[in-house]
Amino acid sequence: MNFRPLWRYEDAWWEGVVTTLELTALAVLGGLALGLLGARALRSGHPVATRITRGYVEVIRNTPALIQIFLIFFVLPGLGLRLPPFPAAAIALSIYFGAYMTEIFRSGLDSIPKSQIEAGACLGLSRWQMFRHVVLPPALRNIYPSMTSQFVLLMLGTSLASQVSVDELFHAAGFIDSRTYRSFEVYALACAIYLGMAIFFRLAFAGIGKLAFRWPEGR
Amino acid sequence: MRQFSPADILALIEGLKWTLLLVALTLAFGGPLALLVSLARSARAKAPRWIAWAYIEMLQGIPLLGLLMFFYFGLPVFLNIELPALIAVALAYALYTGAFLGEIWRGGIAAVRQAQWEAADCLGLSRRHVFIHVIAPQALRIALPATVGFLVQLIKNTSLASVVGFVELARAGQIVIAGTFQPLLTYSLVAVVYFALCYPLTRWSRSLEARFNGAG
Repeated sequence: MNFRPLWRYEDAWWEGVVTTLELTALAVLGGLALGLLGARALRSGHPVATRITRGYVEVIRNTPALIQIFLIFFVLPGLGLRLPPFPAAAIALSIYFGAYMTEIFRSGLDSIPKSQIEAGACLGLSRWQMFRHVVLPPALRNIYPSMTSQFVLLMLGTSLASQVSVDELFHAAGFIDSRTYRSFEVYALACAIYLGMAIFFRLAFAGIGKLAFRWPEGR
Repeated sequence: MRQFSPADILALIEGLKWTLLLVALTLAFGGPLALLVSLARSARAKAPRWIAWAYIEMLQGIPLLGLLMFFYFGLPVFLNIELPALIAVALAYALYTGAFLGEIWRGGIAAVRQAQWEAADCLGLSRRHVFIHVIAPQALRIALPATVGFLVQLIKNTSLASVVGFVELARAGQIVIAGTFQPLLTYSLVAVVYFALCYPLTRWSRSLEARFNGAG
């Protein structure tokens, strides 16, 4: 085992990490937006909107993310939109994350008992006030754990983008492997970096959760 | 370049066969591992609990793709042995299954009320008997919906084996595309097959969840 030859590629590693984080951030933003939209559509009771959203969620949740990335990467050029790998992967991962977020947001909103909303209405709160003060805080608190673990899974899932040659961490690993022939060390190091990022995010989210929701008090 | 033909469909079916074989092998290796992990996590002694915790944390913190690459490209170089592709890939998936399914089953065991242990204890059963006859059946029932959900994840995730050149469904699709240059049609077909495999399981998992809601 010899990790020394890998240090010469410090720049490539660093760039891979940055690209991974950029891709994660974009997919999270896109996915959160889609998730909010999806949950809103599901709760609107509008039959067409509900059906479309249901179909979207079921198709995405029951097909592999890798195939989704390939489809986006090859469908958009067919529609006359030739995107570089990075935006294509960001779109595909947003759509993927959005389906899971739709389910999470919906379950969070469903977890608020009707009586709470009726109680709020009795106090004469407006719809927005009710959402802001009665529904949102407990709903967020309920979905926070599943949201954060889904976020970490997404971060790990950006590794799939290496397959459409986005130069994220695994793409960098493949490149360095092809130069050094140190497969064992290269992939061990790549995995260790992901593990480090995952642990960092999990600790950070746990800390934020504690501050924001004052866990575990009142559980 | 040639037309998309029945031979291509046959190639996809052949790929599907390997996907299903991989799932079966993974469960054969990973199922017992998951059981072991969930037992270790629920043990009284600190050491096995701690080891199982570290294992779960580690496996949940690295991408499955990395695990595959490591097992397929890294480990044979390091150990100086040539693992057959199917075995290397199945071992990586088994490790993944051990962690995720182990955690699901641990949750199931933990969800069985403490009083059940105590009640069975009062009957004078040994700890092993209590587990097998009292705790495990209830834990299994609680963890069943999530277990079926995990199976869906596993079936979808076998598509990653394509990356190391294992000719399962996704890789069979790529090979067909190389001949026909029909990516849209082929990947759509592949997606439809995965959907057909997974959707019934998803539905089943949901109906189980509704049925067992509040069980334990």
